[in-house]
Amino acid sequence: MDYHTVSTTCVYCGAGCGLWLEVLDGEIIGVLPDKEHPVSRGMLCIKGWNVASFVTHPDRLRTPLIRRGKAFEEASWDEALDLVAEKLTTARDKSGPDSVGFLASAKCTNEENYLIQKLARAVVRTNNVDHCARL
Amino acid sequence: MIDQVRSHVAEKLEELDGVVALRRTSAGTAPSLFKKGDDVSQLELTPRYGLASIVSTLQKHDPEARLGVVARGCDVRALVEMAKRELVDPDRLFILGVACTAEEAEECHCADPAPHTEGWPESEVVGEPVAAGSPDPLVAEYDGMSLDERRDFWERQFAKCFKCYGCRNICPECFCESCALEDPLWVERGVLGPPFPVFHLIRAMHMAGRCVACRQCELTCPAHIPLTVLYDLMRRDVEDLLGYVPGQDIEALPPLSLNLEEAPLQQELE
Repeated sequence: MDYHTVSTTCVYCGAGCGLWLEVLDGEIIGVLPDKEHPVSRGMLCIKGWNVASFVTHPDRLRTPLIRRGKAFEEASWDEALDLVAEKLTTARDKSGPDSVGFLASAKCTNEENYLIQKLARAVVRTNNVDHCARL
Repeated sequence: MIDQVRSHVAEKLEELDGVVALRRTSAGTAPSLFKKGDDVSQLELTPRYGLASIVSTLQKHDPEARLGVVARGCDVRALVEMAKRELVDPDRLFILGVACTAEEAEECHCADPAPHTEGWPESEVVGEPVAAGSPDPLVAEYDGMSLDERRDFWERQFAKCFKCYGCRNICPECFCESCALEDPLWVERGVLGPPFPVFHLIRAMHMAGRCVACRQCELTCPAHIPLTVLYDLMRRDVEDLLGYVPGQDIEALPPLSLNLEEAPLQQELE
């Protein structure tokens, strides 16, 4: 029997609370708040307490999905990214850069959010950049 | 004292399947299961995480495993209460009790900062027990309040709650598979704050005869609600009315599991 705790950061919001995932024989069984974390200091909100629940959730996506007609079909990353690049280019060239909007996210790192606004401004040439909270 | 603990654990790992204790890694210090051959210099005693629930989970996962745990006074009390409810098997658990320091006792306002392992089949204690910490001044302040003032006090405190369920999640004595606090009959979903005073009083009632004053609930409450005071008051009543102190005596059965003939009231109710 092997039990240990793995340090990680909550994915849900920009606070970035520290927590420990409890791992028992290779399976995540629970969450403990990190008492030494400078931001969260041993406290978590309800989302942090339940952060492990999506890891092995049956609804979790395991491959990219492309919608064809009414159905979502499994695809490879190359297929999916090629399609996205093609469609963004078409939208920009046919309907203008401002026909595209970009939504960043607190679940992403600062660096990832920097990249998406760079893509928006430098490549698609729009400053329609906002946050997923707008949804 | 930490060296004593480490060498005791290293010794015991020769015969046990594992010892639950805090392990320090580059990521920080958190509960872990030490196994034979592990580096016991990584074993720490702080920060204070509750280890009783982890023991219960591991024993349930492997009903044959013989484990040990490095336990403070509050962990031992929690394990004693869990043993009475068959959540922990004392015959397969070696307790290495560790006495808290005077600073720790004071920080927790702990009435009994020493591990009491009398009655537990296999145990050892390291460190000299220190005197109790001074009582929480909030309890005395509360005792001086009128009924209206008390109601106002709790109304203000409970209004801070945003239903993280941390108090319930971290409590070693909370083990119900279907929790009343998740039953929409008592606690409406999708509504903040929690229904006053039902949410917190349900927990307080469930803590009667169970709360061992480990304080993990209050330490994890992001709204800084004085939960130990709430459960302290309950614990005081249970001691006055039924002469029962959770975690003190492994032979004493929880009074709420008995009827009034088996566990009579020791005081007239006002």
